[in-house]
Amino acid sequence: MISVGIWIVYPAIRTFARSFFDRSGTDFVWFDNYRTVFTSSTLLTAIKNNAIWVGVVPALVTSIGLVLAVLTERVRFAVAFRIAIFMPMAISLFAAGVIWRIEYDQAPERGAINAVIAGVHDAIVPPGALPSALPSTTALAGSPRQGFVLRTPTEPGELALLGLTGILPQDVARSAKQATLPQPQPGAIAGVAWRDFRPGGGTSGVVEREELGLPGLTVELRDRAGRKVGTTSTGANGTFRFPKLESGEYEVAIGAASFRQPFGGLSWLGPKLITPAVIAAYTWIWAGFALVIIAAGLAAIPRDLLDAARTDGATEWQVFRRITVPLLAPVLTVVFVTMLINVLKVFDIILAVAPDSVQADANVIALAMWRASFGGVNDFGLGSAIAVVLFLMVVPILALNVRRFRREL
Amino acid sequence: MSILSRHRLGASVFLTLGVLAAGAIAASAKSDVRLAGDLSVVAVWSGAEQASFNAVLAGFEQRNPGVKVTYASAGAQLPTVLATAVQGGNPPDVAVLPQPGLMKDFVGKGALKPIDFAKSTIARNFSSDWTKLGTVNGKLYGVFFKGANKSIVWFNTSVFKQAGIAKPPKTWAGFLKIAKTLRASGTKAYSIDGADGWALTDWFENVYLRQAGAAKYDLLSTHRIKWTDPSVKAALRTLAQVFGDRGNIVGGVSGSLQTGFTTALAQLFTDPPNGAMFMEGDFVPSFVPAKAVAGRDYGFFAFPSINKSAPAVVGGGDVAVMFKDSAAARALMTYLAGPEAAEIWVRRGGFSSPNKNVPASAYPDPTTRRTAAALANARTFRFDMSDLQPGSFGATVGQGQWKLFQDFLANPKNLDRIAARLEAAATAAYKAGK
Repeated sequence: MISVGIWIVYPAIRTFARSFFDRSGTDFVWFDNYRTVFTSSTLLTAIKNNAIWVGVVPALVTSIGLVLAVLTERVRFAVAFRIAIFMPMAISLFAAGVIWRIEYDQAPERGAINAVIAGVHDAIVPPGALPSALPSTTALAGSPRQGFVLRTPTEPGELALLGLTGILPQDVARSAKQATLPQPQPGAIAGVAWRDFRPGGGTSGVVEREELGLPGLTVELRDRAGRKVGTTSTGANGTFRFPKLESGEYEVAIGAASFRQPFGGLSWLGPKLITPAVIAAYTWIWAGFALVIIAAGLAAIPRDLLDAARTDGATEWQVFRRITVPLLAPVLTVVFVTMLINVLKVFDIILAVAPDSVQADANVIALAMWRASFGGVNDFGLGSAIAVVLFLMVVPILALNVRRFRREL
Repeated sequence: MSILSRHRLGASVFLTLGVLAAGAIAASAKSDVRLAGDLSVVAVWSGAEQASFNAVLAGFEQRNPGVKVTYASAGAQLPTVLATAVQGGNPPDVAVLPQPGLMKDFVGKGALKPIDFAKSTIARNFSSDWTKLGTVNGKLYGVFFKGANKSIVWFNTSVFKQAGIAKPPKTWAGFLKIAKTLRASGTKAYSIDGADGWALTDWFENVYLRQAGAAKYDLLSTHRIKWTDPSVKAALRTLAQVFGDRGNIVGGVSGSLQTGFTTALAQLFTDPPNGAMFMEGDFVPSFVPAKAVAGRDYGFFAFPSINKSAPAVVGGGDVAVMFKDSAAARALMTYLAGPEAAEIWVRRGGFSSPNKNVPASAYPDPTTRRTAAALANARTFRFDMSDLQPGSFGATVGQGQWKLFQDFLANPKNLDRIAARLEAAATAAYKAGK
């Protein structure tokens, strides 16, 4: 009784009282802190996110647990399988959060999930030879996505200079040689595509010493209407030639294929995807809990009931819908309600998974409370008010649980 | 303070009691000749830094054999630990605070004792900007034991060589120019740890101090001018020349916003390097991947001058303050203000002392020697602005400056709205902070 008093009743009353005082704890401010809770945008985001959590996670975890429990009942190595799924429960939420933070990293070279997507993506759509290249002068127009085209049209007998920069020396093909300016030829368009950069920068748009040709690039020739009339490939010194052309104006371009970007990674940890991303991580952890509880409940269902149904010609789906689920209902409720309470308190995994830049977007009430009290603001008044709000939200669920508990006793 | 609020925070007090147990048995010294008693000291340092600070404290115990000093690390939770201990009426004798704003908070609560007895020692060892920083309402309360120079741009030497950049830039225009050259050479110029709001505020502070000047800087740090002031917008426009150079930032803007300090720094040392330059303080070398050697693999230059601004340093520091007055505590404060104490840690490495009498030869490597000299001798030294402001505006994840500068990095075109939101957040924080 005394320890309940010290550890639960007293702090609760103190928190409640403190929520009516300001930051310093000396001035009584009535409901100002509560007004802040329901007006500041960060806290409203927290409340909205908590609603998403409550709406999605308990149902998701319970149903995944149910499906896994029913399915693993039939496989050979059920125990091993269940242990594997239960394993994440053994890790602290924070540690699990750190793991997921790394998995979700946007750069495919660091984040496992994006690495997998990048592997598939780049196998189907291979990146171009020079994904980072940019035009060296404004003579080339366009973008890596559309390819680059010479701004002024070229006529036979003229030269086309396609200077590119932003290319690492090691990304230039091994066979590359010093770029050279080809001789102009009547009736033909000749030109050069080269890495227009020498240490220090050099002069843009001019072929200089130490500047390498870009071999193997596909150069397109288009007529004034934009129709492709020819393609050719550059040589080791970057030169190319379109011979035997009718007089007129042509456009010289390098197609977008050469500049196609490798998969840059999905922004899992960006402001848009962060809440679903954290929910996925959280579900990964708690699915094992749901599985184990539901599997235990499943084992208690009388076999003959299921067999009787099957003998009567019920399909597996019907057995599942009409017999398994109704008989499991009490267990499912326990899991659901437990998850509901867990989710209302969710805190550490968000702190661990969400980068600082999106913590405001991923905020939930418990995290907001901690931040207001200890995370730099040090406003115990506001923190207490948030705690009281959170408490009031949990109360109905607790009451439900207690009532059910009584009934069962 | 009401009786009620003294006793609040049941759980936290119990948690911190363990840390601060030493404070309870702190006794006051009796004789002037031979000091005796126990002192408790709290700071943020843990791990290797804790070992170094313990060595410094051992130096004090050696001089005063009667005094036993117990150090406890409070880590990042130091503000909470101390606030709770003060509320509980049981602070440590001496604490080293990572932000002067915190010192001001405690002075406001009447928790700190003035250290006028150390005035002459401090005047002898520190430039006046540092003494000013340790002064609150005209009284001296703190001595800066550790300093940090945050006006440094680090770069990968091989990338600079490949791009043909022989000399690091001195001016902002030169800085932007080499960024362009770096991009043309195939390496992105900037690696920015946008996931850390504090790193972005450091960018802003360096630009602002140089462009608007120290006087404006002081006004803005105490919110005597608004964040919508033309000088702030001008600095944001200058900063947008870097933040808006999206194709030149490693991982793009969204990648940068998810990249923390160590990962962003590591981008300078990947193979091939993903980025060329990284702007952060003199503590960077401790986080550089082990295989990289200062001088050979990476170098640094001072944050470039803007519109011919004189050399200026934005920095940080850990300020030692006294919660309980005793002869032993006074002796410890005086000791921490002297060059001998600092020298112990300086020799162990990873430490810059703002104390100008610490011999340059004590620094174990040329890099720290240069960054520390810039710090101790800077004519204009200004404390990291975000550390001088109320925590909810200057030092809280997901709100205030940290969040808004991240929003600015995400969209530098949004300049006017960001300035207005900064002003709104500052107003709210200063109002609540009173």
